[in-house]
Amino acid sequence: MTRYVLKRLAGAALVLLALSVLVYALFYVAPGDPARLACGERCNPQQIAQVRERLGLNESVVAQYLHFLQGVFTGRDYSTGTSVVHCDAPCLGLSYQNDQQVTRLIMERLPATASLALGALVVWLVIGVGTGLLSALRRGGPTERILTVLTLAATGTPVFILGLLLLMVVCAYLQWLPFPSYVPLGEDPEQWAWNMLLPWLTLGFFESAKYARLTRSSTLETLAEDHIRTFRAYGVGERAVVTRHALRGAVPPVIAISAVDLGYMFGGAVLTESLFGIPGLGKTLLEGVRSIDLPVVVGVVMVMGVAVVLAGVVADLLYAAADRRVVLT
Amino acid sequence: MTALTGTPLADPSAPVAGTPATGAARQAWRRLRTRPAALVSAGVLLLLVLLAVAAPLLAALEGQDAYAYHDDLVDSARGGVPYGSFGGASADHWLGVEPGTGRDLFVRLLYGARISLLVAVGATAVQIALGVAIGLAAGLGSRWVDGLLGRITDVLVALPMLVLAIALTAVVPRDFPRPLLLILVIGLLGWAGTSRIVRAQTLTLKSLDFVAASRLAGSGRWRTARRELLPALAAPVITYAAILVPTNMVVEASLSFLGVGVTPPTPSWGQMLSTAQTWFRADPAYVLLPAGLLFVTVLAFTVLGDAVRTALDPREASRLRVGTRKENSR
Repeated sequence: MTRYVLKRLAGAALVLLALSVLVYALFYVAPGDPARLACGERCNPQQIAQVRERLGLNESVVAQYLHFLQGVFTGRDYSTGTSVVHCDAPCLGLSYQNDQQVTRLIMERLPATASLALGALVVWLVIGVGTGLLSALRRGGPTERILTVLTLAATGTPVFILGLLLLMVVCAYLQWLPFPSYVPLGEDPEQWAWNMLLPWLTLGFFESAKYARLTRSSTLETLAEDHIRTFRAYGVGERAVVTRHALRGAVPPVIAISAVDLGYMFGGAVLTESLFGIPGLGKTLLEGVRSIDLPVVVGVVMVMGVAVVLAGVVADLLYAAADRRVVLT
Repeated sequence: MTALTGTPLADPSAPVAGTPATGAARQAWRRLRTRPAALVSAGVLLLLVLLAVAAPLLAALEGQDAYAYHDDLVDSARGGVPYGSFGGASADHWLGVEPGTGRDLFVRLLYGARISLLVAVGATAVQIALGVAIGLAAGLGSRWVDGLLGRITDVLVALPMLVLAIALTAVVPRDFPRPLLLILVIGLLGWAGTSRIVRAQTLTLKSLDFVAASRLAGSGRWRTARRELLPALAAPVITYAAILVPTNMVVEASLSFLGVGVTPPTPSWGQMLSTAQTWFRADPAYVLLPAGLLFVTVLAFTVLGDAVRTALDPREASRLRVGTRKENSR
């Protein structure tokens, strides 16, 4: 078990290293001139040269990359000759916009993304698994056909269409809720929840379609197994067979995929965040792209990579924990 | 178990043995014909393609173009809401005009369809070409090649495409043609699923008699790949392409919605939906028309893709498609 985890973590580290090389090459080497971008529109050549010096852009590409890696592990200093800006240990560089540490910026945005992801998780577990279970229970009937059509329709639909319609109906026409604006949990829990309600529902509904399919197919698969026939032979009712025994087959995949999806969301549920104005990682990424703030873009992509890769490991472990038949090698 | 990290469930590379294509296509068509939902979807898509192709003609017929402003048709006192009901629909402007600018909505939606279809199909073509080439190389190449390509594929499958695509748009010069950029970005980031399927198929096919016979008859490795493997790969690749098209369409709409895709004044559905947010109450038609079009198109592609998959692989018919779509746009 420990050996398996170590092996997977080593693999994850390799993937992240590869990602960092790729991202670094793409973002700092390929495009125009980072110094010009960092300095802004109205810089004279002298100022640009100064910025180039400070960002270490005069070094070779390999040296720059190694400094970047060093920054991630031990932190680094950016000196302009007169002043020194220190960037703490997991240093992902300084924002071109305001010299803020990218790591700090990302940490500030993390709670908003986390609020969104965890709330959505609850919604998709309740609605997705519920729908899947219902359609497994009513298999062959009209309920199942309706649910199947609904899930198929929901699978392909972009999340922002659902969000736009919810905003339009709930906020603009019925005026049940004001247009959401993010309130941090620490500031006012009640307002936080009310403002997050629509984003949760939007993202949760969107994900539900997949979980409904997953739950339905895993449940049906279990229903075909021998021990279920035994339960039936003992006279256990259909409802109990499905909800108590067959549903058990759906638990491991649902848990595992949920872990993977949560990982993806920490990379930023960009569309949902952008639609509802939630200041999370996805919004940070967009702002970085709009202002060509390369360190911010690279930082978010790296954090996303870490989240996705770790979520993959966690998913496998959870799957094995939930389903004893799985042996990790 | 390690497969769980990538495309989590039901690895699409698993099923579909190599069926020689001759009678299979006709059989598949026969099966497809019996599914009304698939036929309706195909009809909708055909209509949409015709409309998109004929966009300049239809624009001429209506007597409007996609870029002309009509200040006289919007009420500047109310922030630019179109005069008249249903977004200012009239005999001159069949679906009304865009709020704020007064540009003709019908023509802009049509040109949006062109962009949407062009990017979705173009990106799919790039993905399939790359995926088949890389999958074949991995399946036929040495262990070393296979291992290297396999790792790259793993990384690409694992990472959310939308985030990478957004990030990539930051480093490309602003004057690079955007539809082409989107095709390339989505294409370059999205070939991994195809290459996995092709690789798995190639490994299976390699051990089959007809491939061995071809080698024994003196064909070289690449001649065998072209003459024997490619035809047998057609079914799984077509199936996967049918799933990729709507996914790519959503990615394009998403990028444009986020303001990093197709840039104004070129019309695109995603971009319209992003400006539509400010017009919920004043001009609901402007929200509902692009949203409806995008929804119907993506749904039609999804249903058709589903039907194509079951038609080409009857054994899969009873199973639900779970997890074959790359989850990348949330």
